[in-house]
Amino acid sequence: MAFEAHRRIEANALLLSVLTMLAVAVGGLVLLIPPYLLAGTIEPIAGVAPYTALELEGRDIYIREGCSVCHSQQVRPFKTETDRYGRYSLAGENIYDRPFLWGSRRTGPDLARVGGKYPASWHWLHFHNPRDLEPRSNMPAFAFLAESELDTSGTSRKLEVLRELGHPYSDADIAGAAASASAQAATIASALRASGISLSPVEEHSETIAVIAYLETLGRAIRSEPPEKLDLGRPVDE
Amino acid sequence: MREAGPEETYEMAVVRGFAISALVWGIVGMAVGLVIALQLAWPQLNVGPYFHFGRLRPVHTNVVIFGFTLGVVFAGSYYAVQRLCRARVPSDFLAHLHLWLWNLTLVAAGVTLVLGHTTSKEYAELEWPLDVAVVVMWVIYGVNFFGTIARRRERGLYASLWFFGATVLTIAMLYIFNNLERPVTFLKSYSIYAGVHDANIQWWYGHNAVGFVLTTPILGLMYYFLPRQAERPIYSHRLSIVHFWSLIFVYIWAGPHHLLFSPLPEWAQSLGTAFSVMLLLPSWGGMLNGLLTLRGAWHRVGTDPILKMFVVGLTFYGMSTFEGPMMALKTVNALSHFTNWTIAHVHAGALGWVALTCFATLYYLVPRLWHTTLWSVRLAETHFWVATLGIVLYVTPMWISGVTQGLMWRAVNADGSLTYTFADSVAAIHVYDVIRAVGGAAFLSGALLMFWNVIQTIRQGSAEIPAEAPALGASAEAEGGR
Repeated sequence: MAFEAHRRIEANALLLSVLTMLAVAVGGLVLLIPPYLLAGTIEPIAGVAPYTALELEGRDIYIREGCSVCHSQQVRPFKTETDRYGRYSLAGENIYDRPFLWGSRRTGPDLARVGGKYPASWHWLHFHNPRDLEPRSNMPAFAFLAESELDTSGTSRKLEVLRELGHPYSDADIAGAAASASAQAATIASALRASGISLSPVEEHSETIAVIAYLETLGRAIRSEPPEKLDLGRPVDE
Repeated sequence: MREAGPEETYEMAVVRGFAISALVWGIVGMAVGLVIALQLAWPQLNVGPYFHFGRLRPVHTNVVIFGFTLGVVFAGSYYAVQRLCRARVPSDFLAHLHLWLWNLTLVAAGVTLVLGHTTSKEYAELEWPLDVAVVVMWVIYGVNFFGTIARRRERGLYASLWFFGATVLTIAMLYIFNNLERPVTFLKSYSIYAGVHDANIQWWYGHNAVGFVLTTPILGLMYYFLPRQAERPIYSHRLSIVHFWSLIFVYIWAGPHHLLFSPLPEWAQSLGTAFSVMLLLPSWGGMLNGLLTLRGAWHRVGTDPILKMFVVGLTFYGMSTFEGPMMALKTVNALSHFTNWTIAHVHAGALGWVALTCFATLYYLVPRLWHTTLWSVRLAETHFWVATLGIVLYVTPMWISGVTQGLMWRAVNADGSLTYTFADSVAAIHVYDVIRAVGGAAFLSGALLMFWNVIQTIRQGSAEIPAEAPALGASAEAEGGR
């Protein structure tokens, strides 16, 4: 009897442990290994580029503040989702995303296609107090980001680590990370000034600027692709 | 070391430490949960850089899962493994090192999360130095647990120990592989996985954290403490065998149900759905084995708040493990994913099944650990009713809220255009956020009643064994749970 045989397992802690490990290892091996090895898991997308120094710092602030707790970055292939947000998400968009930020809950809207949707000034005002632009919003105000100067002293190191993980940064990218961040911040700051927003010296080098730079990247690769090349499948109906 | 009174047969001081710590962490974690519930309803309650929803939500999840729940699991498993093996832990020092390292890691976790040091991966937010601390702590637990088993004076291992053992082994595997990351600075790292691969491994971990922190060890508690409290043997040993092996085998496969309609390969998504549906059977096997243990003891449930908590806990387990497979079906998931339905589902399991079973375990343990009786059974009874009311007031509005969101996001006008803006859906669920906070407050109040009850019980009892009484563990306690 199988149940009689089980007595031997119950009396042998090592055997019980080994069988337990086997039982829990199988599912993981089948689900985790093949996607890594199989060609076609990730369809390449030409426009996908590694983050610039400023965008990367902005992304790390997005992570630090827990933005992904409330905002997904994963548009599902339903007409109502693509109408609301834009083109549905593809694996090839995320090859430089460590960690991934797809999220699990939409307390706020999906952000995978937010780049290019609003001018920088909208984001600036929205971070200051979301309810100034949308009275029904329940997003926290992130005014404090504008009072915090972006620290780029560790940016070179971040790019270096990411290069070791396979991101194609050049020596010049790494050495010039801080300078590149401040140059990109200056272009966003001038766009803000052009929209009539006055910036203090701290504000024009603030963390808010970096997050805006990051948000601008979201969906960028998809927008730069010719539409016919993106027709990898028809959206499914709900 | 003690000057008077008989020595305890087993290492119970560490069980006392875990029991008290768990209760304190539970109150902290639930209080943070209440704060973030209120912040969702009234965003003005978000304060500055450190105390806004984005930073506090991981504090809530980490503290209730790894503080409260694991604390009770550690207390209950140290208590049960020593009795079931009739052996003391191999090293009192290592047991206490486990207790202190765990508490310190939790404090460090709370502080670093509030300061914004997070990997963002859910239930794996802690940065790499804390991951190292967690692994060291876990290895110590494993040494203590399996070391006790190695020293046992009882041939067979009872089902409780299979579940605790599976937890020790599987969590080690999940935690290590999901947290492989490349340090940049002392408190910043990048995942070694990118994009879709990172998502895949995260939900292999995330789903099985539910499986092996919030399910298997809770079943381990149920298998030991429910028969003890009911004074009945477990209903079926054979059902234990079938349900244990099928549960741990099937659970691991279900992770991709968190990634339906994502860029993860279709075949992986389909496997996730198929195994999620299968998971219903072993889950209900466990529920039935628990509930049927009460055959012949049902009349005691009416007067015993501990049994009430076990029964309602198992019922919520059965309900959640029915709901989960349904939500893993693609057609249902298309509506439920990204909405408050998920929050309702999680809390039906976490408050209904996990927390009630943990409360029941603590109510069983505390009087025995301090060699006395529970200070007030009536207060425990009140706790049960307040907690149950809290669960209903939490879960019901979150269901309605989730379905409302799902329907509003997909609503279209006659011409095919979207009917509602996203902000419309935010405004529509405000009232449910408010009711949910009331439910959470009720659940927290129940835990505070328990805290008072436990303090009074400890005050009237003593950690020392009374000299005139036979040592606990020397008599009936030593018989094990079989």
